[in-house]
Amino acid sequence: MKLPGSEEIVDDLAFFDDWEQRYQYIIDLGKSLPPMDEADKTEDRLVRGCQSSVWLKAHRENGVLHFAVDSDAIIVNGLLALVMAAYNNKTPEQILTFDIDDYFQQLDLERHITPTRGNGLRAIVSKIQDIARESR
Amino acid sequence: MSLDVRALREQFPILAQEIDGNPLVYLDNAATTQKPQAVLDAIMAFYTQCNANVHRGAHALSDEATRRYEKARDSVAHFIHANSREEVIWTSGTTEGLNIVANGIAQRLQEGDEVMVTQMEHHADLVTWQQACTRSRAILKVVPIHDNGALDIQAFEDMLSGRTRLVALPHVSNALGTVNPIKKLAALAKQKGALVVIDGAQGIAHGGVDVQDIGCDFYAFSGHKLFGPTGIGVLWGRGSVLEDWPVWQTGGEMIARVSYEASTWGALPNRLEAGTPNIAGAIGMAAAIDWFSKLDLEAVQSHEKQLLASATEQAMAFDGLKIIGSAPDKIGVLSFIIDGSHPADVGFILDRQGIAIRTGDHCAQPLMRRLGVPGTARASFSLYNTLDEVDSLFRALKKAQMMLA
Ligand SMILES: Cc1ncc(COP(=O)(O)O)c(C=O)c1O
Repeated sequence: MKLPGSEEIVDDLAFFDDWEQRYQYIIDLGKSLPPMDEADKTEDRLVRGCQSSVWLKAHRENGVLHFAVDSDAIIVNGLLALVMAAYNNKTPEQILTFDIDDYFQQLDLERHITPTRGNGLRAIVSKIQDIARESR
Repeated sequence: MSLDVRALREQFPILAQEIDGNPLVYLDNAATTQKPQAVLDAIMAFYTQCNANVHRGAHALSDEATRRYEKARDSVAHFIHANSREEVIWTSGTTEGLNIVANGIAQRLQEGDEVMVTQMEHHADLVTWQQACTRSRAILKVVPIHDNGALDIQAFEDMLSGRTRLVALPHVSNALGTVNPIKKLAALAKQKGALVVIDGAQGIAHGGVDVQDIGCDFYAFSGHKLFGPTGIGVLWGRGSVLEDWPVWQTGGEMIARVSYEASTWGALPNRLEAGTPNIAGAIGMAAAIDWFSKLDLEAVQSHEKQLLASATEQAMAFDGLKIIGSAPDKIGVLSFIIDGSHPADVGFILDRQGIAIRTGDHCAQPLMRRLGVPGTARASFSLYNTLDEVDSLFRALKKAQMMLA
């Protein structure tokens, strides 16, 4: 299934006025995130949060970065889907100029990607940015 | 007499707040407890009235700071029934206390000696001994637990040997709430001549700790889990054992005489307390102890029992919830998983409803593997929690379960 783009997500989330709908939307996004092959979930791709684990796989093709991500927690998967909407299938330049903090602020989710949350999300964002820098 | 929880709560300013429009329901007390006004006042008073370094100033402020700081030591000694105030060593917390013991024992262990811990250890009471054993080629033995989270006492007895030098175990398990029969276990270990170390991080806040009655050699705990500040804790050690315990850190305060070539050590307790101590922390911790000691302990314990009983009853009636840890003797903690949901997801949705719990491995990764779970959600209760809050937890859990289904 095709995941929505980042602008679409910002619009969708703005449309809901209560938290339950917003969270339900993120949960549903998490469920629709294509799962990563178990064989791809190797130790070197693991970003350990203290509460949940996240795997990140990256490859580059025709100047564009493709990512696969997965987590054992569904809401983290939903948040990862938001990150993917911003970063997947983009050029390194696009990735590095994208203002992720502003994006999460617009989504009213910045509390959930703070480094202290321990869900590995912030670490994934940094890792993706590192990969983008290296592939420039 | 029953506990006036409403009046108690008013002494904790932090509890009155709202999170996202919901009243805060703080059920993460095993991680750290909140601080009553009396503790906040004592810390503020120290800094506003007599902040100075201790044991060294030739002036009035330093005298007063030293007086309050050493009086704090007396409060602790009295609270845990130490034989003397010299047995109370200030530390930064349970972790440092255990490290002082581990560092010392590592210097004394011989190859083939044995150190015994349990499967329910917090990393602070496991990695310490594991590393001490690695350094000295001693053997770390791990006593199993039963599936319900109770310690296998028979195995404990069987695994003790003539080579057991030290036994370390928690008074209360932070992940499961299991209360260990530490007095009985200490007696068994002492028969073999082993030193007995109790990780009291979770045991201390429930009251009634008497180190002499327990019969252990060390009891370590943290101020912040006992309504006091972070960054301060206590290692209690039996005087005869502490007397020549290897020094931990070196520096100021802990020495007797220093030349460029060599130094001699001062007397207890300072010998194990190098450097300027956490003076405000010690004073705050003693204020917490004084505050706690004025409560009716029986009423506190019966209230806590009620909270756990109500939580357990509602958990058992909750479809799809599995309680992790149901030892017959249990206190303060309800660990659980919801079928089909990751604990982190459950915590996420509870958080949005103002309910603070902890999710994850609870610093006990080997224990989680032993229990076959990736982690748990853990609600932990303290004396200021109400039965209404327990009900709120389960209402919020229902919602989480529905949303995650
Ligand atoms: C059983 C147990 N032992 C040790 C510790 C470590 O305590 P601290 O982090 O205060 O040093 C904790 C706290 O999480 C604990 O629950």
